[in-house]
Amino acid sequence: MNLQHVNVKIFAEGPAPADLDLAGAIPVFHRWIQGNVCEELLIDVADYRHVPAGPGVLLVGHEANYSLDLASDRLGLLYNRKAWREGSPRENLSQAFHAALAACRRLEEEPEFQGRLKFSAGDCEVIINDRLLAPNTGATWQALKPAFEEFFGGLYGLAGFTFEHSPDPRERFRVGVKANGSGISERSPN
Amino acid sequence: MKASNSLWREQLIGRMPPHLAKELDIFENEMALKKQGKIDDKIFAETRLRRGSYGQRYDNGERYDGHETRKLPYPASPLTKGPNTLWDAPGMQRIKIPFGGLNAEQLETLAELAEEYSDNIAHITTRQDVQLHFVHIEDVPSLQRRLAAVNITAREACGNTVRNVTACPYAGVCQGETFDVTPYSKATAYYLLGHPDTQNFGRKFKIAFSGCRDSACALVRIHDIGVIAVTREVDGRTRRGFEMYVGGGLGTVPYQAKPFEEFVTEEELLPLCQAICRVFARLGEKKNRNTARLKFLVVKLGMEEFKRLVREERAILQPDARWTNYLEDVAQYEEKPLKPPSLLQISAAAPEGFEQWRKTNVYPQRQPGYAMVTVALPLGDITADQLRKLADLSRQFVKDTIRITVEQNLVLRWVSEADLPALFAGLKQARLDQPGAGTIADIVACPGTDTCKLGISSSRGAAGELRARFAQRNGSPHEAMDEAIRGLRIKISGCFNSCGQHHVADLGFYGVNRNKNGYAVPHFQVLLGGQWTENGGAYGLAIGAVPSKRLPEAVDRITGRFLAGRQNGESFQAFVRRIGKAECKAMLDDLTQVPPHDVDPSFYTDWADAREYTLGDMGIGECAGEIVAPIEFALTACEREAFEAQLQLDKGDFAGAARMAYESMVHGARALLECRVVPFEQTPDGILDQFRTSFYDTQLFFDPFAGGKFAQYFFAAHEQSGAPQDADSAHRLVEEAQLFIEGCHSCYGRMCAQPALV
Repeated sequence: MNLQHVNVKIFAEGPAPADLDLAGAIPVFHRWIQGNVCEELLIDVADYRHVPAGPGVLLVGHEANYSLDLASDRLGLLYNRKAWREGSPRENLSQAFHAALAACRRLEEEPEFQGRLKFSAGDCEVIINDRLLAPNTGATWQALKPAFEEFFGGLYGLAGFTFEHSPDPRERFRVGVKANGSGISERSPN
Repeated sequence: MKASNSLWREQLIGRMPPHLAKELDIFENEMALKKQGKIDDKIFAETRLRRGSYGQRYDNGERYDGHETRKLPYPASPLTKGPNTLWDAPGMQRIKIPFGGLNAEQLETLAELAEEYSDNIAHITTRQDVQLHFVHIEDVPSLQRRLAAVNITAREACGNTVRNVTACPYAGVCQGETFDVTPYSKATAYYLLGHPDTQNFGRKFKIAFSGCRDSACALVRIHDIGVIAVTREVDGRTRRGFEMYVGGGLGTVPYQAKPFEEFVTEEELLPLCQAICRVFARLGEKKNRNTARLKFLVVKLGMEEFKRLVREERAILQPDARWTNYLEDVAQYEEKPLKPPSLLQISAAAPEGFEQWRKTNVYPQRQPGYAMVTVALPLGDITADQLRKLADLSRQFVKDTIRITVEQNLVLRWVSEADLPALFAGLKQARLDQPGAGTIADIVACPGTDTCKLGISSSRGAAGELRARFAQRNGSPHEAMDEAIRGLRIKISGCFNSCGQHHVADLGFYGVNRNKNGYAVPHFQVLLGGQWTENGGAYGLAIGAVPSKRLPEAVDRITGRFLAGRQNGESFQAFVRRIGKAECKAMLDDLTQVPPHDVDPSFYTDWADAREYTLGDMGIGECAGEIVAPIEFALTACEREAFEAQLQLDKGDFAGAARMAYESMVHGARALLECRVVPFEQTPDGILDQFRTSFYDTQLFFDPFAGGKFAQYFFAAHEQSGAPQDADSAHRLVEEAQLFIEGCHSCYGRMCAQPALV
């Protein structure tokens, strides 16, 4: 199966502090544009803080978007790969996950969020943002599961992990991933 | 950009109406030809606009990042999708929804498209459209095929066409309507869609239907054609018909639509609209887009001559069976409820927040036992998840009876009243339970600088800030606020083009730039006293500009003063009239001050943006000292003169108002000339001649988007100086003077960015 448009959302650890203001992401994302800090062409910042359980603050790029996302009322860093990408399913999964993780680590270090926002690399969801390529069915999951197992097996190591998939035909293909251990293994692959 | 783009056509064959499928095949071929360089930029731009595919900010491939203007190196550069518009740059897809009517399946499709092609948000506009932002042009055919599969077309959503035909969202269930205009608006929309007589306009053309004269739900007076349901006794029978208005429009200078016919029969509705379109296509301005709307043609010809030409055109139209065939659909048109009527039983078990929500978001229908429910959307935005949940709720509680409002909200109709608590619980679960629909906190805002190429100030940023403050201050603004304040409307546009409909708000704002202390500073012009009711019955006038960052204070000041000084339950419009514009302006005087940059740099960035503000990404101005101070002073004086012209207008001194407005323009032009230190004769003729040479012919005065329009206002005012004036013409001249002065401010800003010009 051709795995394209991989989205990875890495969730924030525990409940975010009550006074955490997502407005802080606006100057951060503008600085990322100024500094060309991501491999994608970054274009602009969109503020959706007014939308409950919405996209939060969005960094719009050409190949991918990054957002401090509030969908399902869970704060996380969402990487949304928009452009087609050469590579096997495992490679494309890996690229999206590591792009999201790198953004998480960078955000954690930004002065606006330092010490107040921490992401859990062991708690994420993967969405394939194309219903035609990857309908949210059991068959899609069976086709993709080996690539997921290979990638997350390498990522989380011996402690293991659990997948959660529910085949709602209206939703995009989505798999929740939770590591049993505390995070990423030392032998984490790229 | 989507890997599945090549697959959707096959996938949807048989599910799309054949004519829509064919149109999209053609569009896809045109895209291919454009990529091969076989279609001219301008032609392709209009082609995609007619498919609703619009440009977005920074699509010229340049963006000011806070330090410098930088190129956006898109992979497909230098391929373009229009003049100075790069192929890869994200664009906006506008989706027209005739009369605002949607069903559950369509909501689900919009949700899918928002997720897969946009940023997970569907944005509801003030003209009952849905917009998706950050869409790649390559995705447009697939996106539109998926729309076609649920019977939605984006054809003619933009461009010089008949735009979305709008209608009162309460049509058919409203207590005050004469009759349900839904089937008439639908018939008009589909009759004119793609009609050969609507393909050669110089500008866009907007039509609206209302069931009554008094309310605001359709705003017919701001449209090119506005239609109000009326009945008349003919031969002992009650006949349905329409009061028709023509020549309205907001935009830079707003015009009220004027009565055209007192009673247009059902049979004459479509041919008369067609005849008006033909006259507009034949005689409307084509070269100068700034004077190309129908409103200018009506003024130019005079209403009587315009009527004569339309009647002449109507007389020679070839009969078309569709003119009356649709009446069979009208006779059969009936919206049915899902459930039998019932009465609301208030119990202690009602969900938390229900009562508060019910007070502002629920309205009884004309049909006993049923209610319509407004789903209030913050700034018109709704997520894909929310759209799907709303589709579920609509299936559970109503049939396909969802409408979009012109206040950027959604309405569910035919809710059996006993279901209201359960529906509220469902909305709450979907995070769509926001109370306060139609209150001061339910702010309308156009996209502004967020995504619009024309935006000057951040209308959405300002609106978001106001919403947050209302909520923070009162916990629940809808509950705690005085009734007089609660009912006011705030509408914000990012520029003078009025997509946020600021002219018809109690408190209207539109984005402008001011150059202060050598920097560009985002501001909002304040308009007070526009009339929302009576279909947009009166337009507010600007009283002065406040820095964007002082907008919340300005709102507090104005509402506080109204609350304290209101007499005998007077309306806000009456209050503004009574205290007078001079007093209104004085009320805000101290708020117009901008602290120096080193004292408070926050004034030099806009809401929800971290970059130092620029106009058109032009960078920080470097003008300062002796040269800057005189022009800033002079332009401020011009604004005062334009304001004083308004005061004359209020007194009914139309000639005096026109004279002062004209003089303010002369003085604005003189200020620019003096700044540029060019010799000129100090007479109106001399100023105009030199202004034309130095600023118009060189295009130095030209706004990147409005071109030389504002200078043309000055030239026309000079030509007509001393001519007799009535209320309308004087009002217009005052508006034009204000815009010319805005143009002077912008021009000065551009000169500051290029010191060699000063």
